[in-house]
Amino acid sequence: MTRSIVLSGIGGQGTVLASRLIASVALSRGVPVRTAETIGMAQRGGTVLTHVRYGDTPTDVPHTSLVPLGAASLAIAFEPGEAQRVLPYLTPDAAMVVARRAIPPTTATLAGVDYDGSDQLAYLKQQVPTLVVVDGDAVCRALGNPRVLNVVLLGAAAGTGMLGMEANELACAVERLVKPAFIDINKQALEAGERIARAQSSELAGTVPDHGARRWQPLG
Amino acid sequence: MATELLMGNAIIGLSALAAGVGLVAGYPGTPSTEILETVAANNPDGKVHVEWSTNEKAAFEVAAGASYAGVRCMVTCKQVGLNVAADPLMSLNYVGVKGGYVVVCADDPGPISSQTEQDTRRFGSFSKIPVLDPATPEECLELVPYAFELSERYATPVIVRPTTRICHAYTGVERPVPVPPAQPEGFDYDPKWVIFPPRALRGHHEINDRLPRIAADFATHPLNTVTHLGQGPAACVVFTGGVSHGYALEALSNPQVRGDNAVDVVHIATPFPFPDDFAAQALADARDVLVLEELDSVIEDDLLRIAGARHLPVTVHGKRTHEAKDAGENSVESAARDIAAFLGTPAQAALNAQQPDAPQLPVRPPVLCAGCPHRSSFYAVKQALRGKKVAYAGDIGCYTLGNAAPLNTTDTCLCMGAGITVAQGAHIAEPDAVNVAFVGDSTFFASGITGVVNAVYNQNQLLLVVLDNSTTAMTGMQPHPGTGLTMMGVKHDPISISAVLKAIGLSCVVEANPHDNAAAIAAVKQAVAAGGVSAVIFKAPCTHLVKPAPSAVVDPQLCTGCRTCIKQLGCPAFIWKNGKLVIDPGLCWGCTLCEQVCPFDAISHREVADK
Repeated sequence: MTRSIVLSGIGGQGTVLASRLIASVALSRGVPVRTAETIGMAQRGGTVLTHVRYGDTPTDVPHTSLVPLGAASLAIAFEPGEAQRVLPYLTPDAAMVVARRAIPPTTATLAGVDYDGSDQLAYLKQQVPTLVVVDGDAVCRALGNPRVLNVVLLGAAAGTGMLGMEANELACAVERLVKPAFIDINKQALEAGERIARAQSSELAGTVPDHGARRWQPLG
Repeated sequence: MATELLMGNAIIGLSALAAGVGLVAGYPGTPSTEILETVAANNPDGKVHVEWSTNEKAAFEVAAGASYAGVRCMVTCKQVGLNVAADPLMSLNYVGVKGGYVVVCADDPGPISSQTEQDTRRFGSFSKIPVLDPATPEECLELVPYAFELSERYATPVIVRPTTRICHAYTGVERPVPVPPAQPEGFDYDPKWVIFPPRALRGHHEINDRLPRIAADFATHPLNTVTHLGQGPAACVVFTGGVSHGYALEALSNPQVRGDNAVDVVHIATPFPFPDDFAAQALADARDVLVLEELDSVIEDDLLRIAGARHLPVTVHGKRTHEAKDAGENSVESAARDIAAFLGTPAQAALNAQQPDAPQLPVRPPVLCAGCPHRSSFYAVKQALRGKKVAYAGDIGCYTLGNAAPLNTTDTCLCMGAGITVAQGAHIAEPDAVNVAFVGDSTFFASGITGVVNAVYNQNQLLLVVLDNSTTAMTGMQPHPGTGLTMMGVKHDPISISAVLKAIGLSCVVEANPHDNAAAIAAVKQAVAAGGVSAVIFKAPCTHLVKPAPSAVVDPQLCTGCRTCIKQLGCPAFIWKNGKLVIDPGLCWGCTLCEQVCPFDAISHREVADK
């Protein structure tokens, strides 16, 4: 089996480090991994999507680096609108971690539209069986560093159980990939994210959201 | 040795180093840029000459000179860059090479960051140069060294043609170990390097003689593969090129797609010269063939040729029969759809992107960054020319994003450097208009200068606006002649755009800081008044090169909600909230333009935002 994850956000938000950490854990396990990034014009404030696929065993080699539609067991979204945009990538029982704060595109500002992401979050709650909403601003403020949102979200992803990786494995990857001065803060970010996911999962336990099935309709 | 996560472009660069490459030249272009950057970053003792040339033509010619002396050379570019280098490459194939000469030309199906969806495999057959086409990043580990060997064995340039999904995909591989370049034998004084017509005729015979021999080599190349799925001989065969191979295999791993059909999946890693004998063998049991490849119908056309020439009882399905996508990227979904239709298995479940009750998705096109000097420049030009009939000729770079509302300052964009010359033609057609050409600093050196010379020589009218942000921004901050930095780590005196323009003999060359709105408007007015061919050089560094200044703050007491700033500038740091402007302190770069534009002095930069 191969596991597929998508990370969606806006150019410049730091989806890349999160994907590198996941890939680093896969490499340390000795299993095949492929990732793909959006590089180019879209990085100038456009929608960016990072794909990560890894095998459960050394012989499970993903055929391609792009995650097919309907194949991702997990999405990590840095913004509510970008979370909605990747719904078609998810399996019916997928988990999603999403940062609460909306980032209005210039098109919305020009049109005079108030876009705060609340409609998107309400919709995601109906659509995704395991949805973890992270108040990234509050967590980053508590951690004293605005730049660790990506690792907080990754910790929350681990907390859903759908990443297939433990937070301590990711902490080892942080030690391998992050500059020494920022290792501790990133480990704290992982823990903070994981706590949020666990707290929200226990709230969700017992509730059965109206999810999934409606998105998967046969053609013709 | 441990595996390491490497980008396809890094694998290509490191594989070239492992093959003992001695010179690497190129011009930045998505998705090829990181290949040359990887070589430069892994060249600690400077034994490999690495350069961003002024443009692709220069890169290919520098490499040709070194190859004549026996140096292994690699040139890198994107598909449209190969158009710029077409002249030297076509002739180089006729005179031949000595040191291995490998062209890595990245195609961009989609296109994701390009002007065209041209297919470099076609360029290979047009120019009669062999083409290698990797299906995964890791195949580059084998194909790049093979390209050097092939080039030297047949004295031919060789093209390696990855696509965006190879270049920008990462995978775990063992890092290739660099090999220092061998001492070159030196230049052979031989008349063969001089391309007179009789030499060209002889060269054409040499090419026509070697291509069938190369095709015979390709017929046994280990990366041309057949994967047999199911039981018994396969009457249905899927031929694939590039990343479509993985898409086909993944689609066929779905039992619904394959049904109980036996299917052969063929991968063509050497599309030109086509490995006819290999393909004919793969067609031996076939009744029907589906071809999945991106861009043009290259493999499909060769299969049709083989089927005709060898009278094979096979029907070829693909782009020409409208059974495969004929533009844009392929995907696992498109492969599943096309293969299911080909095999007659049930149509695949569609994943509806949007439910009727889904909230509207925010439209998020790429935009100029907050604090981008181009926004200030565009705004100043518009203000200075208000009330006049103006046509804005744009060019290739971040500043193409000036086409978007509310700036609307890009009326045309054709190819690198074309804005300067398109503006001249537009003015000849409509002499009552002011014709402005925007060009970036890197683009000015790459292909802008000849257009300015053309304007002065032919007495064409032109208002040239050079947007000098001290870098090649769109492709990721590469240095260029105007920075004085080289890929060998040397910093020398930059070449002055202003001095170049003055030497060409413009009527007026004026420099200004675009973020000083009043001075910027005055500079444009001065250049317009000078008439003839005049230029404004707007100099301010790209925000990616400098730390942000204190963020702008809106005083909600003074903001009347007039939206002037939003309607004029469209900065991504602006947020419209409860009828007033809010500025995102995380995005604002402190350029102060909005402060200068606000009619009510509601925006200031003197207080530091409450974070």
